[in-house]
Formats: sequence, structure tokens, C-alpha cells
Amino acid sequence: MSITASIKRDFLEKLAKENKRADERKFDEFRDIEIEVGLISKAEGSAKVKIGNTQVIAGIKMDVGEPYPDTPNSGVMTTAAELIPMASPNFEAGPPREDAIELARVVDRGIRESEIIDVEKLCISPEEKVWIVFIDIHVIDYDGNLFDAASLAALAALMTTTVPAKRFEVGEDHPLPIKEPPISCTSIKFNDAIIMDPSLDEELIAEARLTVATDTEGNIRAMQKGLNGSFTVDEIKKVIKASVDNGKKIREKLYKSVGK
Amino acid sequence: MKSDIKLFENGKRLDGRKPDELREIKIEVGVLHRAEGSCYLEWGGNKVLVAVYGPREAVPRHTQNPLRAIVNARYNMAAFSVDDRKRPGPDRRSREISKVTSEALEHVILTEKYPRAAIDVNIEVLEAEAGTRCAGLTAAAVALVDAGIPMKDIPVACAAGKIDGQVVLDLGKEEDNFGQADLPIAIAPRTGEVLLLQMDGHLTNDEFNQALDLAIKGCKDVSEIQKKAIKQKYEKEAGGN
Repeated sequence: MSITASIKRDFLEKLAKENKRADERKFDEFRDIEIEVGLISKAEGSAKVKIGNTQVIAGIKMDVGEPYPDTPNSGVMTTAAELIPMASPNFEAGPPREDAIELARVVDRGIRESEIIDVEKLCISPEEKVWIVFIDIHVIDYDGNLFDAASLAALAALMTTTVPAKRFEVGEDHPLPIKEPPISCTSIKFNDAIIMDPSLDEELIAEARLTVATDTEGNIRAMQKGLNGSFTVDEIKKVIKASVDNGKKIREKLYKSVGK
Repeated sequence: MKSDIKLFENGKRLDGRKPDELREIKIEVGVLHRAEGSCYLEWGGNKVLVAVYGPREAVPRHTQNPLRAIVNARYNMAAFSVDDRKRPGPDRRSREISKVTSEALEHVILTEKYPRAAIDVNIEVLEAEAGTRCAGLTAAAVALVDAGIPMKDIPVACAAGKIDGQVVLDLGKEEDNFGQADLPIAIAPRTGEVLLLQMDGHLTNDEFNQALDLAIKGCKDVSEIQKKAIKQKYEKEAGGN
């Protein structure tokens, strides 16, 4: 660890012992969230999400293609994330590395497994033609908690997506069929303190990370634990409760932003 | 395909512009938190974001120049920036644009002040509609100013071209696709030096001279918009104190 990093760590750990954070947030408090939709008119759907200084843009493109042989009646979705060098002095150009791949897969799983896209409604003619949904995530400013920012941007973009049926001559344009979205909230742990929505400095000293996606009823829809630290069962329960509470507020904001 | 469409009729273009009229341009300075300098630019339907990092040690070390800094412009198009999704990552076109943009910027940056350093200019095209390389370079210049990189001049780019036999400024999408020539240039507006010049299509000698004059005039107009955006940011900062 570099000298500055260990000084920052000492500082943040000292603050945490006094129940404080560097930006004066409570432990379970998110930074300000801003959601803007429809900023890319070439995309079928798009959104820019700001969580504090972190900024992520998600764009949806759709195409007509063949279904997978094992799911002949279902549309296809793929998620890609780019940690472009614009976003941080430490990101390098080139093919996606494990960080970008983990990010894309966590977002993908959140959307796929929660079945918010009704893939069967994306079938045009069975075994022949289905819609392919491309979710592309562009991180443009990295100040911590990319998981939540990227998931939220992907959701907001999907919720405002218009299926370009006219362009592909398979009917009239219509909104992408979407169900209730689960909201993901990420917490980290260092030195026995558990804080939600880590800033970059907090993320850099994290020992363990837990992302929990919850739905409208407060049920858990996806989880991902990361890093080499550990959580106790009690800590996990606490994190889930905080995720449900924050998820509610974020969902309200999301609905308002997409006009639902 | 649409080659029977009249691009120029009764002194007006498809989008209603006059031959020497620019599309609308909007520039915002300092829009990113992590980057040392940044700029967001809208030019007609183009949306471009630029982040500057550096000067910092050039890595890998064999890329270092012991006498001056290297300038790495990286032009990248978002997958969702065009009608048919673009595969992420660099291709031959974006590598070429990165190269000519780096070279144009290198001419005005006082690179000799930073031996062995790299100045990284990340140009992200979020939405593309003809003329992205000019938009990218113009935004990059503003982001370099925002990053406090010493330069001899603030470079600026603009294109001229030919549609239906008429020389026009700043080609739009249809004009680019179905026009007869495209001539993007970048200049250092103070001295008039040409930093980037590319051309494709068909122009007579006279038409070329006309197009070049028009493009230079366009550059000078865009240059004023750049300066205004930069001043606005620093006036705002000064006013806030």
C-alpha cells in the first residue's frame, strides 16, 4: 500500500470509530443520486446516473437475430461494461479486464435473473427471429460504487427503451416490456464498520463488499459478495435491512425519473 | 439508395441551413470530477465528452521521450452512439483518428516542458452524426485548457464539403453520406497554421480553395464559442468566491 493510501486508511478508520464518514454521511446513507434519461437519441434507450461524483451512462441498442437453440421462443440480452480511461487515472485502454467483466456480469445477472425483461415477449417468430437487447455501460467518472450506479443506469435505460420494430419492418414501435425492477445496494466493511454506498477512498480500503438487490416487496433478488474479507451472519442481515430501506427510496427516484 | 434526394435547393440545405452556416454548438467545461480537465460538447447531433489526464510519467517506459512529453489522444465511439450498434473497442478508423488528432494537438502543446511525460486525451463519442473528429478535437482543446496544459494556441476544427455541386460548411449526416466531398481541417486560430487536413471525394482546384476558406472561417467561429465557454467557467468560479 502506498503512503498516501495508508494515511487515508488511518484517517477513515479513526472517523469510523467515532461513527463518522469523511463526507459526513451516516453509515447507511447514500450520496445524492441523479438520473437523466433519453440523452442519446441514437440509442433505443439511455440513461446517465450520478451517485455523488460517480457517473455512468448506459445505452440500449436492439437488433433482430436468431434465438439460442435451447430457448427458441426467447429474446437474447447481453451486457457489456467498459471502464474507459476517461473515468479514472488508473483505468487503461484495451479489452475489458476482470473488474469490467465482474461489473458487467453482476449487472447482467441482476437484470436477467430478476426477469425484469420479459424475454418471451421478445420473440418475433419462434426458432427464427428474436430481438437481441444490447446493454452497454460506459463509466465516465469513477468515484466509487460502480455496481449500484451501473445497475441503476441500466434499469433506467431499459425502462425508457422503445423497441425499434418499424426500422426492422416487424411491426410498430412499442415500449420494451418491463416488470418491477429490483434495486441493488452495495455495502463495504472495513475494521468492523459497515457502510453503504462507498466513495472511492472508502472502497479502496474495503475488506469485504456485499451487493444486495431487493424488490418492491422487500424480497432479495440477487446478491454478490466480493473481496477477501468476511461478514458475520448478523452483519449480513443488517446489510439486507439497510438495502431494503435504501432500495425503496431509490426505486421512488427511479420511477419519477422515467415518468412512471 | 437516397441519391435522388436534393441536398441543396433554392439556396437552402436539407436542414434549412445556408451554405456557410454551422450547426448549433454547445460547450461545457469541467464536467468530470476525476479528470484533470474535461469538456462536454454538442455539435448538431454529435455529443462528445473529453477527459484529460497528465502530464504524468509515460508508461510503458519505452514510450517515453527524454526531450518532451508524448500526447496520446484516444478517440472511442460508444456502442450505442450510432444506428447499428458498434462493437466496443478500437478499430482501424478510430486508431487513425486518434493518431491524426494526437499529432494536431502535439503541435500546439508545449511538450518540451515535460520530458518523459504523457498527456492523455480521452475522446468519447456518445452520439455520432457526421463530423465527430472535428467535434472531438475541438472538445479536446477545451479540456486541455481546463487541465491547465500550456499551449501556444487553442486548436479548433471544422469541416467544409461539397453537396450537389455547392461548397458548404459543416456537413450534416445526409450531406456526409450522399455529398461529393468532405474536407475536415484543424487550425491554430491565432497563426492560421493548419494542424489537420483530410479530404475525400471530388473537388476542383477552385472548389478546394473555396472549401478551405470556408472551413477556416468556420474554425474561427467555433474558436469564439470555445473561448466563451472557457471564460464562462472561470468567471463563474471567480464570481462564486
